[in-house]
Amino acid sequence: MTTHFFGDTAVLTGRSLRHITRSPDTIITTAIMPVAIMLPFVYVFGGAIDTGSESYVNYLLPGILLITIASGVSYTAFRLFLDMQSGIFERFQSMPIARSSVLWAHVLTSLVANLVSLVVVVLVALLMGFRSGAGVLAWLAVAGILILFTLALTWMAVIPGLTAKSVDGASAFSYPLIFLPFISSAFVPTATMPGPARAFAENQPVTSIVNAIRDLVAQRPVGTDIWIALAWCVGILIVAYAFAMRAYRRRIS
Amino acid sequence: MTSQHVIHVQGLEKSYKKLEVLRGVDFDVARGSIFALLGSNGAGKTTVVNILSTLLKADAGTASVNGYDVATQAADVRESISLTGQFAAVDEILSGRENLVLVARLRHLKDPGTIADDLLARFSLTDAAARRVSTYSGGMRRRLDVAMSLIGNPPVIFLDEPTNGLDPEARIEVWQAVKELAEHGTTVLLTTQYLDEAEQLADRIAILHEGRINVNGTLAELKQMLPPAKVEYVEKQPTLEDVFLAIVGDSAQGSSDGADSNNGKGK
Repeated sequence: MTTHFFGDTAVLTGRSLRHITRSPDTIITTAIMPVAIMLPFVYVFGGAIDTGSESYVNYLLPGILLITIASGVSYTAFRLFLDMQSGIFERFQSMPIARSSVLWAHVLTSLVANLVSLVVVVLVALLMGFRSGAGVLAWLAVAGILILFTLALTWMAVIPGLTAKSVDGASAFSYPLIFLPFISSAFVPTATMPGPARAFAENQPVTSIVNAIRDLVAQRPVGTDIWIALAWCVGILIVAYAFAMRAYRRRIS
Repeated sequence: MTSQHVIHVQGLEKSYKKLEVLRGVDFDVARGSIFALLGSNGAGKTTVVNILSTLLKADAGTASVNGYDVATQAADVRESISLTGQFAAVDEILSGRENLVLVARLRHLKDPGTIADDLLARFSLTDAAARRVSTYSGGMRRRLDVAMSLIGNPPVIFLDEPTNGLDPEARIEVWQAVKELAEHGTTVLLTTQYLDEAEQLADRIAILHEGRINVNGTLAELKQMLPPAKVEYVEKQPTLEDVFLAIVGDSAQGSSDGADSNNGKGK
């Protein structure tokens, strides 16, 4: 059956991309919340936050991009849940197709939808004064980190998508993910935080990912942050994938 | 014998935690026949269908479909079957035609567009072809669902409670579609909790009760199990179904013979 894997995945990805083009609001709402967070932080609180020589919108954008992904993947869980609920998942599983294509199609769709949302958010940031002189290589590195982070969170989203009992349950998992950047270096330098908060902030994935992207965009030499960031992304990806596949095997046997 | 029996089930057992749903189910289905699995809610009809369509693994027993073992040759079984589940498994956001094209592509068939157009015509959905399925009525949705199952002409079709929640007109439409299938040589395994549905459609009827098949036979055989009918003269009253269909529309042809045969039931 593996011979059909790519063809079947392409057909099913086409299907769920069509879902998105028919309800583009999912991409808009994914972008709206990060923008709504970005506006007051840049125009209201930002003036009071000392980020050194960097403009606050430049400082803030990496964290906002991660929030965008975290809110975007909740739609992946939602779409997968609807497929389970409507019985179309079972229809696909009883057909002579490469069965895992059903999951991969949702994962690829998530990737495409999130990249579109990220572009929208970056465009808004440009309007708000975000500027970067970073070259193509640095941007490719940023894109690579964001893609890896999206894949990691998407596989995480597959788990509630497959196992949730209600629509709310399917998308609720993303709330803590959206909140995570608030206790990291995304909004304020960690050095200003009290002990325990600082310890948590400095040792959670968001901080290293945000720092790595920030350095790349600002054309600063990236330190060990990028390796820690990559390790987090790959680590989350592997663990989430393993649990997602376990949940998937339970559903099909 | 096995070439005669396109579905062969023996000693099938399945429990969910401590709940024993199937406790040794045996039955065979002859090629080209309509076999109805009758049972109340929770009797395990869907569990049987899910095991036969490789969605669920049995705890014990064997089952084969079209000569392939459901546990060890699942991929071959999936080539041979189509499942129409309890709830119309259609994509609400796509149009009717797109749903059919999607399934045709997934079955790796040539010319999915033509296949879709043929089925739309056959199930009187041509006018609604370009509309999103979310705007369809329950009956249209079910017809689309059944149409999707026919793509690729699988020799065996499972219909799990195909008329659940449909209005009487839509039920008759689905029955018509099922009868046509069997005329074309497709084997149909149908589950239902509606007794009249089994009477209308099935060549053989099996009753699944408390995890086993209690009774298995033709309608005539099943009727013989009860004491012979007493002949009584009763004024023929139209059934409520007759009245409803007479008022609601003309697409109800074929229902009257059903009502007549109901009348002769010896209960």
